Amino acid sequence: MAGDWRSSGASDAALAAAPPQRTVVVRYDSADRIFRGIVTGGALVSLVVLGLIGAFLFARGAEIFSDFGLKFVTGTQWSRGSDDGIIPDEFSIGPMLAGTVIVSLIALAVSLPLAVAGALYLEYYCPVRIRKTMVALLDLAAAIPSLIFGLWGVAIFSTFGERWATLLSERLGWIPIFGSEFGNFGRSPFVAGCVLASMIVPITTSVAREVYSRTPRDLVDSCFALGGSRWGAIREVVLPYGRSGVVGGAMLGLGRALGETVAVYLLLNLVFRFNYRILESEGGNVASLIATKFGEATPYELKALVAAGFVLFLLTLLVNMAASAIVQRNAPRA
Amino acid sequence: MSFVAATDVVAAPPAPERPWVVPRRTQALGVATLALSGVAAIGIVLVTGLAGVDGWAVAALGILLAVTMVRTARAGTKERIDAFVRLAITAGAVLAFVPWISIFGSVLIKGVPGLHPGYLFQDMRTTVPDDELNVGGAGHAIVGSLMMVLIAAVITLPLGILSGVYVTEIRGRLTFLVRFIIQSMAGVPSIVAGLFVYTTFVFATESFSGMAGALALAVLMLPTVARTAEEVLKLVPDDLRSAGYALGARQWRTALMIVVPTVRSGLTTAAILGVARVIGETAPLLLTSLSSNNYEWTPLGVPLASMPTYVFGLLQIGSEYATTRAWTGSLVLLFVVLVLFVAARKTGGKDRR
Repeated sequence: MAGDWRSSGASDAALAAAPPQRTVVVRYDSADRIFRGIVTGGALVSLVVLGLIGAFLFARGAEIFSDFGLKFVTGTQWSRGSDDGIIPDEFSIGPMLAGTVIVSLIALAVSLPLAVAGALYLEYYCPVRIRKTMVALLDLAAAIPSLIFGLWGVAIFSTFGERWATLLSERLGWIPIFGSEFGNFGRSPFVAGCVLASMIVPITTSVAREVYSRTPRDLVDSCFALGGSRWGAIREVVLPYGRSGVVGGAMLGLGRALGETVAVYLLLNLVFRFNYRILESEGGNVASLIATKFGEATPYELKALVAAGFVLFLLTLLVNMAASAIVQRNAPRA
Repeated sequence: MSFVAATDVVAAPPAPERPWVVPRRTQALGVATLALSGVAAIGIVLVTGLAGVDGWAVAALGILLAVTMVRTARAGTKERIDAFVRLAITAGAVLAFVPWISIFGSVLIKGVPGLHPGYLFQDMRTTVPDDELNVGGAGHAIVGSLMMVLIAAVITLPLGILSGVYVTEIRGRLTFLVRFIIQSMAGVPSIVAGLFVYTTFVFATESFSGMAGALALAVLMLPTVARTAEEVLKLVPDDLRSAGYALGARQWRTALMIVVPTVRSGLTTAAILGVARVIGETAPLLLTSLSSNNYEWTPLGVPLASMPTYVFGLLQIGSEYATTRAWTGSLVLLFVVLVLFVAARKTGGKDRR
């Protein structure tokens, strides 16, 4: 953009005759400098807050990390010892950490195809008449509190989820993750994952829709001009163009699912055991562990919960930083 | 061309062809196919082992697949694949949208029975959750929620605007960092925000309080407000800034008296979206403001009720009336979100000229 006026039709001679461009010197007076200082300070508050969150959680949980070390993350016990200290406290979050990852991955696996289909539908298939309504519904869905998703999951969806889980286990039970020990399929990571999926679909869909809508119209049109079908244009132009944006959107959704508390709390039986069978009715995640144990925790247990929060914080921060890096790298192309 | 024009001047120009418009007949045919397969699917559900809404959907999808197969039997491979992909994408989109519609519907149906004239004003001081539904209400929770959300908005709005102004006006070296941090902050789990305030503010004041809840909500609200503020500030054309400088205004005057006021309603939208983001947050409030059964008018020193924790508490009781009360609370909550959302749309539209 810059310097366009020079090349637009100006001959070399005219160019040579043009006066040299003045260098612009910006001088801020004291009022400006104060203003800039205040604004910069305000902008950096978020950085400070983020740093403080990490620092405080780490500081309060440090005792736990030094007491249990790596075992805090890998161990399988969350048990309060006896008051006289003969049976020591043992706190570790292994199963919950695994549960967090499992439920989130299920949510991701279920939500990604739906989100991509939803975004493609809204951009390329939806009748113009209902499109505005659908987009408004999508935006609104992103604002539904997770508590209501949890409530809906328990009251409405669990019937369906249980039926699907039974079907999956009957047909595909020979695959270990679909196996079942007790034949009881309610309140399983699968059901929770599906509800979380419907919770993160709006996030991923709106990001995907945005990147898909930025696909250069010319490229799509030339696909049609070459005799391509709609799917041809989507496969060859739209999907490759939007890939990194969709990956970023999916990771934002994943970050949301990793930290979800209330919906998981309402939908899963907290059982402290490594459980890779996604249809079994036991599981939990770190966030719901914190919410469950917080009320009647001993001071030492509270520190363990804060430490668990720190681990969760690190996990989601990593996922989200990766997501925003991917999305931002993709953004300037627009 | 000129010959035609000379002899027959009054002839109407030929109707423009619009090959991209789907003819009415095809549209009607499509709707008829959908309706017929829906009815046929009901038949299948009645006769075979498939059951429920999901069974019906599977049956309908099967029929539509068969119809597509028959219809494209004589078309080329390309057209056939295109038709199947269209079906798959539409089915996927329907599957994505159905849960939300189901949520709105179920909250409405299950929540309305619990509504009574006093619901919005009464508290639960003298009512146990199992009492008849015509006594007790969520007035205290509404007041508590409003109080916390207002405090959070008062804290975050200036900070959000400042970081938006930094990115669009100062354009300093830290722009990338500020954006990146705000993006990452948007992903902080709500329970972690609650834990953070618990380990700092609640420890320091030695009591659960509305203020603590508001601080936790502010942490969650800041990224939304900052990002929206940045988006609307970006819409201010550079001409306005240049005009300000040309009039001799310093940067601070230009920013504060020209740029920011230009997008006043956009910034209102930012605040509203931020409020909509946190109004239903439950997890952080469980660790910071707890809940209460009566009206509290102070944000300090005492636990404060709020809509989400009110609903959450009732859900844990689990009896029939308590659950109905919870649904009614969800209805109110969802209604508030809807109102905020409409308000955001209304104010957001004003800046764009």
